[in-house]
Amino acid sequence: MKTLRKNPIVRWLFIVGVIVVVIVVYAFGFSVTDVNFETTRDEVRLTQLTRILRALAHPDILEYEQIEQDVDLPFHLPCPPGGAPPISVDTRGAYIVVTPACAGPKETVSIEGFKFLPNTAGPVNFLTQSGAKLQLGSFKTDSRGSFSIKGKLPNRQPIEEAQTIRATARQNVGAPRISRTGNLVFEKIVETVFLALLATTFGAILAIPLSFLAAQNLMSDIRSPLTSVSLTLLGWPIGIWLGGAIAIQIGRLAESISGETAFVTGGVALGTLAIGLASVSTLPRQMERFSKVSARLVRGLGYGLAGLAAIATANLVAHMMLLVGDALIEPLGALGFFGNFVYQLGDSLRMLTPAFAALIVGGVLGSLGGRVGQQASDQLDSRTVRIINLSVAALAGAALFALIGAAIDWFYQVLDPTITFVIPATLGAIGGALLTLRVEPRQPLPLGYWVYFALRTLFNGIRSVEPLVMVIVFVVWVGIGPFAGVVALALHTVAALGKLFSEQVENIALGPLEAVRATGANRAQVIKFAVVPQIVPPYISFLMYRWDINVRFSTIIGFAGGGGIGFLLQQNIRLLDYRSASAAMLAIAIVVSSMDYISSAIRRRFV
Amino acid sequence: MLEVKNLTKIYPGDVLALDNVSFTIEPGEFLAVIGLSGSGKSTLLRCINRLVEPTAGQVIWNGVDIVQASQDELLHIRRKIGMVFQNFNLVNRSKVITNVLSGRLGYVNPALSLINRFSSEDMEMARAQLARVGIPEQANKRADELSGGQQQRVGIARAMMQEPEIMLADEPVASLDPVLAHSIMSHLEDMNKNDGVMVICSLHFLDLVHRYASRAIALNEGKLMFDGPPKAIDDAKFREIYGQEAERVG
Repeated sequence: MKTLRKNPIVRWLFIVGVIVVVIVVYAFGFSVTDVNFETTRDEVRLTQLTRILRALAHPDILEYEQIEQDVDLPFHLPCPPGGAPPISVDTRGAYIVVTPACAGPKETVSIEGFKFLPNTAGPVNFLTQSGAKLQLGSFKTDSRGSFSIKGKLPNRQPIEEAQTIRATARQNVGAPRISRTGNLVFEKIVETVFLALLATTFGAILAIPLSFLAAQNLMSDIRSPLTSVSLTLLGWPIGIWLGGAIAIQIGRLAESISGETAFVTGGVALGTLAIGLASVSTLPRQMERFSKVSARLVRGLGYGLAGLAAIATANLVAHMMLLVGDALIEPLGALGFFGNFVYQLGDSLRMLTPAFAALIVGGVLGSLGGRVGQQASDQLDSRTVRIINLSVAALAGAALFALIGAAIDWFYQVLDPTITFVIPATLGAIGGALLTLRVEPRQPLPLGYWVYFALRTLFNGIRSVEPLVMVIVFVVWVGIGPFAGVVALALHTVAALGKLFSEQVENIALGPLEAVRATGANRAQVIKFAVVPQIVPPYISFLMYRWDINVRFSTIIGFAGGGGIGFLLQQNIRLLDYRSASAAMLAIAIVVSSMDYISSAIRRRFV
Repeated sequence: MLEVKNLTKIYPGDVLALDNVSFTIEPGEFLAVIGLSGSGKSTLLRCINRLVEPTAGQVIWNGVDIVQASQDELLHIRRKIGMVFQNFNLVNRSKVITNVLSGRLGYVNPALSLINRFSSEDMEMARAQLARVGIPEQANKRADELSGGQQQRVGIARAMMQEPEIMLADEPVASLDPVLAHSIMSHLEDMNKNDGVMVICSLHFLDLVHRYASRAIALNEGKLMFDGPPKAIDDAKFREIYGQEAERVG
């Protein structure tokens, strides 16, 4: 290629070819996107454009108290046979004169006004018999209270009776005040800012822990033999089911005593005490890693009891918050939103406790399975390990594929257990068994890398769906309004921040990590002491950046029913109320640019 | 006694970093590891506490093969092996005292350490170690506010928090000027002489080897070329270790 380009003819041909291709591409682009400059010069369109631009330049934010002065003049359209009858005009007060005194449709007349209040303005309308107002023009009086304008008469059906030309002079009195639209815009822009704040917060709370699991440098050295991987895979779903079921049962118990305030309060106190006792009894002063089996069992039991007490206490605390929050709403009056806040927090605690319990028990059983598998793999001989692997891997494969089958069944409602359970489970079992035969019994498998890969794929998948699309689903779930917007934006934030955060984890200096690992610290300690200090500044930076993005996004998420100012903006555009739309746009511009300033100021401080 | 037997490390891409290296260190020895950059010195040190997983071979310490230890056992072994690094490897944004306390992580209750709770004994010990390396007043500064020499002292204090029986030092003075180099080496010497800590230290300058080490081993392209007292490195041995064109400096 390089030698060819040196040939001048070839080079010229190449350049000409490139130019031709560029021309073809743009020519096609013009046709596809309907580029038509003729429309931009069309007179009707230009008039409309002027009207809209002028409306947009007058955002409906402030308004004045106005006094109006109507001055009427009977007018014949068209002229009756024999000319217009004479009219007596009262010239003591304000009056208007139209010349000619009568005219046909679409003719231009001149309208003069006298003795109006000086420096007032208003429209001149043609009032039909039915009372419809057709504007002929607008006037502004001079310092003597006179004006003179020209107006084009409307094209109406001829009628004999006189109709009316009315000049309305309007004068502002008193100080300006925020208009109704202005108030509404303010209310909605506040909603928008908080929508973005909540979405960012919820998203970040989930994204921070997930980002560690999606960081290649932390995950790639997590390797486990097949025994351990299989037992982990079996432990998780069993744990999730077990934890969820126990927590739901405890939740029901708590619910049944939630009517009695004394029971709830006493329960919270007792539960806290129980958690404290159970956990203190399991914490030796010096952690001894090689303790006896019996000591481990006692400690495990202690943790289990502490966990049960924690679930019960969380439920009771939730009920207490529900009671307190509900009771606070009324007496707090204007600050009643605090009561609602407590109530909603309690409700979410009640809702999330089983989820957390399920995840924690899943994690405990998963890692327990992993440890047992690791020890079995370390201590038994190869042949035994292979036999164990064959069974647990087949079981784990069956469980995994059966779960996938269940998910498919839920979405597509196959309702045939042969297809959604028997076949996947068999396939999974065969897959697991084949894997056992493929890998060496003790060969470490890159479990961490699989988790990393799965999470990154998930993040990219979620990130590729715009929040504007997501909100459609959430509007169905939680109804039209800002809450749907919060959930949709939060979900998108989890994926976006999860990816950005995990890339920051991948960028940290590895030296400190190595040094802390060399002290004998476990994985969690290494993360706390070597990883976390390094990622605080970039995390804050990206968090602020994301808040900035979410504020911008929340201004339009209302277009799809997600609440915030977008809802108002869309409504006003549909109603062709450009002045109100302009007020909304102005508010968005102010908020977005000040957010931009604030976030960059905060970022500069931390980085 | 630490016994390294037939230690081999092959990095991905068939890079042979250690080639069948065997030697033994008695307690109380100060062993210098010399050799060109890339000769496998760092890999050797990291294979001892398994920051790098050896491909083959054994590292037997007190009758336990570190290479075969399970993850739990490994953490338990590592806390008795301190390590200092050429680039200090402090957590820059953390306070000096936090960096020092992190040396204690293998001993403390993991759950409490995650919420930054250290016992008052550990806090006192950390201050004592900072005093021992001569920078007690720097405890509450951020690590990256310190000079290079001070940072390496923090690194030594961190390692001493482990109450180590073995000290691995990976070119601890390569980024420091000669005056600082002696000050840092004397801290290692102090640990070796007064606390009886076995020191394994990779070094570039032969005068430092002569001054501090009781024994030296030399690596060239992952092979053990020399094992004996530092004085025994004459010009012929030197050329063998560093190549025919090498000239002695310092």
